[in-house]
Amino acid sequence: MSDISMTVNGQAVSGQAEGRTLLSGFLRDTLGMTGTHVGCDTSQCGACVVHVNGEAVKSCTMLAAEADGAEITTIEGMANADGSLSTIQQAFQDHHGLQCGFCTPGMVMSASALLKENPKPSEAEIRAYLEGNICRCTGYHNIVKAILAASGQEVPAVAAE
Amino acid sequence: MPKDTGIGASNKRREDVRFLTGQGNYTDDINLNGQAFVHFLRADVAHATINGIDTSAAAAMPGVVRIFTGADFEAVGGLPCGWQVTDRHGEPMQEPAHPIIAQGKIRHVGEIVAAVVADSLDEARDAAEAIELDLTDLPAVVDMKSAVAEGATKVHDDLSSNLCYDWGFVEENKDAVEEAIQNAAHVTTLELVNNRLVANPMEPRVAVGDYTRHNDESTLYTTSQNPHVIRLLMGAFVLGIPEHKLRVVAPDVGGGFGTKIFHYAEEAFVTFAAKQIGRAVKWTSSRSEAFISDAHGRDHVTKIELALDADHNFTAVRTETYANMGAYLSTFAPSVPTWLHGTLMAGNYKTPIVYVNVKAVFTNTVPVDAYRGAGRPEATFQLERVIDKAARELGVDPVELRRKNFITEFPYATPVAVEYDTGDYHATMDKALELSDRAGFEARRAESEARGKLRGFGINCFIEACGIAPSNLVGQLGARAGLYESATVRVNATGGLVVMTGSHSHGQGHETTFPQVIAEMIGIDESMVEIVHGDTSKTPMGMGTYGSRSIAVGGSAMVRAAEKIINKTKKIAAHLMEASEGDIELKDGNFSVAGTDKSVAWGDVCLAAYVPHNYPLEDIEPGLEETAFYDPSNFTYPAGAYTCEVEVDPDTGEVSIERFCSADDFGNVINPMIVEGQVHGGIAQGIGQALLENCAYDENGQLLSASYMDYTMPRADNLPGMGDYVVDHSCQTPCTHNPLGVKGCGEAGAIGSPPTVINAILDALHSGGHKVDHIDMPATPARVWAAMQG
Repeated sequence: MSDISMTVNGQAVSGQAEGRTLLSGFLRDTLGMTGTHVGCDTSQCGACVVHVNGEAVKSCTMLAAEADGAEITTIEGMANADGSLSTIQQAFQDHHGLQCGFCTPGMVMSASALLKENPKPSEAEIRAYLEGNICRCTGYHNIVKAILAASGQEVPAVAAE
Repeated sequence: MPKDTGIGASNKRREDVRFLTGQGNYTDDINLNGQAFVHFLRADVAHATINGIDTSAAAAMPGVVRIFTGADFEAVGGLPCGWQVTDRHGEPMQEPAHPIIAQGKIRHVGEIVAAVVADSLDEARDAAEAIELDLTDLPAVVDMKSAVAEGATKVHDDLSSNLCYDWGFVEENKDAVEEAIQNAAHVTTLELVNNRLVANPMEPRVAVGDYTRHNDESTLYTTSQNPHVIRLLMGAFVLGIPEHKLRVVAPDVGGGFGTKIFHYAEEAFVTFAAKQIGRAVKWTSSRSEAFISDAHGRDHVTKIELALDADHNFTAVRTETYANMGAYLSTFAPSVPTWLHGTLMAGNYKTPIVYVNVKAVFTNTVPVDAYRGAGRPEATFQLERVIDKAARELGVDPVELRRKNFITEFPYATPVAVEYDTGDYHATMDKALELSDRAGFEARRAESEARGKLRGFGINCFIEACGIAPSNLVGQLGARAGLYESATVRVNATGGLVVMTGSHSHGQGHETTFPQVIAEMIGIDESMVEIVHGDTSKTPMGMGTYGSRSIAVGGSAMVRAAEKIINKTKKIAAHLMEASEGDIELKDGNFSVAGTDKSVAWGDVCLAAYVPHNYPLEDIEPGLEETAFYDPSNFTYPAGAYTCEVEVDPDTGEVSIERFCSADDFGNVINPMIVEGQVHGGIAQGIGQALLENCAYDENGQLLSASYMDYTMPRADNLPGMGDYVVDHSCQTPCTHNPLGVKGCGEAGAIGSPPTVINAILDALHSGGHKVDHIDMPATPARVWAAMQG
């Protein structure tokens, strides 16, 4: 066991982890931040995406020890300071971009990373970017709409292209 | 004009806020004080005799609390099967014991052989690796037809063969169907496979068992679509715990699609072990475990014959299906290829006579049970594929062949025991053709061909049967359960309501849609209504959510309970206004007396029920809480027409979906936004089945597609783009026998889309001169390319 310290959603946190402990497990089990989900064991599903030093990372592909000293943002840190939904979160609700909610944390974290890299993505760019995020409920249609809307693009206009 | 409140409004979902902020409460988010963790040692061979299990080294490993093997479960009941099918000869199906932990024999890869309970999950996993198994491998039975051949190795030594049942429906029509086929002007025959799938809800299964000694109560937190069913099955048949000492909680559940209906060994294990060791026990499935322990879906091998007269009227349908049960009977497995499949073989057509034969077979594979659509996709796929083939053989338009045979008068009694109450199949066909611009298809085909691609147009119709009922009928068919739903409506003193429903939401949005119905009935704001579900200690006995039944059955129960509330509040209002009860009207949250200006507000009447100072105590009790159990008189029958356009790359066999359109008739719709979301999801799963997904076993019973690296889940870029994709539900023939006129929408997309896609691919291939009759799903580039090579 070693001591791990990091900043999660702006708060300094620390805990003990074995060398094999994954960042996803550290967040969920050690820190009790269960908003980050684990949906597979082969790093395909993307439910566990968080931001590590500003980059989208599948937290099941990283050891907790590797994140020592890092700045982490999770789904719990995505709302506005007053607790209201952020633009991306609100767009997911407005466009029914979630059903069971299990993949949603990873979807929101990936969408936010995409829009940081590419503020006005095309529909095709969004679909390609979501390669690493699996949703079984929505058929992705409304997730794509939500991301388009969050980027400030008119959803019906884009859809008609 | 779209409504902005009540029935028909596309309200945003209230549950979204917690899911979008990481505040959901899924079963794996539940951690109990002092909990231990279990890791299951699962069989890595498909068929073997267990000679011995040496746990001594493992038991001495750090953190190990206790190791359980089959011996610990000899006195514990096995997993019960909830449906007994009677075969063609009047005999009950063969029903093998289904142990929690393997008893002397392993029958599929993934079967639990031992369970290690330890202080941490890592310690449990480490210790499991130190367990030594002494096994004698046996030949695995994988292929269904080989499994029922003379001399085949038996999956269960105590059964007479690997045949679970040989079912005929309608058996009395067998000879007449044979005669109709002999006398037909044309018979089209097709052999096909409905590929085995894994449901793959994104949340893997989780179970946490707890036991409190002071009151002898057990609690199970589990990822279930129907917690009361689990409480009944596990309490009464497995562990012998009376229901008043057993609480089952299914909190936020991350998708189900059928595979979380069933009672699983892991649920019984954690409940049993928690009492044994005096600590809570938690199990979280890995995705790899899910592939070899969640019940699979589909897996039918079928031969279908369609007989037509000289005018192209359908005169008979005969189908012979082999249905894989896997190694054991999962909870509702026997019902899927029989009553959920045979009863749909009339489809949307007035075929006068039908015979369905199903041979259910045991194999050394994971048990197979209901997956989104359950039997209905299998029925639709074969029927709609054979109709398309018949149209091609006869040189007629597949749309016109379908139209000619549509049922047009309702109610309509099919020759397969069900009566369709309403429908308008020409209307959904018209809508699908209009939305898909079939008229413009040839131009689009020419454009594709100019780019060297083949383009095809596929059409498909389907009918579904939802809200399986009534209970007394399904009891005669072999169900060992009732199929009603329940609701309690509790009105608080200040007028707010809580609805405790036996339905369960695992993505369907009940917390949003159910209040829309109540708000409409009373005329109050939806924010005054709260929905409680998923906890046997809080809700009345309920059957849960599956088979697109929530709004049709659970919603109806809620309406019935709310009607009782409204009747009582009218009595109170009449008393308060000194009027006759018959003159009281409830509108916009106010009671008024017809023909007067007297009125009293909803909240004041509710308060009077709890502070009954001025109250008709001699006539009615104080308080406002009512329960209803609703047992439908019939199924509901959603139906629709789907179209698909594909492009096929003749060099690679790669298929892309260029356009897709669904025109569904769901009857009345409560929340259009949610309905469309359900259809999107169903279509994505159907396209997944048609193009991508397949559960592949090798001849030794090893599951080759047991991870997301091997099993192709649909991704965002596998599905049609926005401008090319329309889901429509504007054709509405309301159900005639439930109070909301609703039919259910959850499974439609998964039922209607697979044959649409395959029909489109074959149309594309024929346009390129490839005389291909059929391609089995998934239509991978390799399969499509091989088919084109002849």
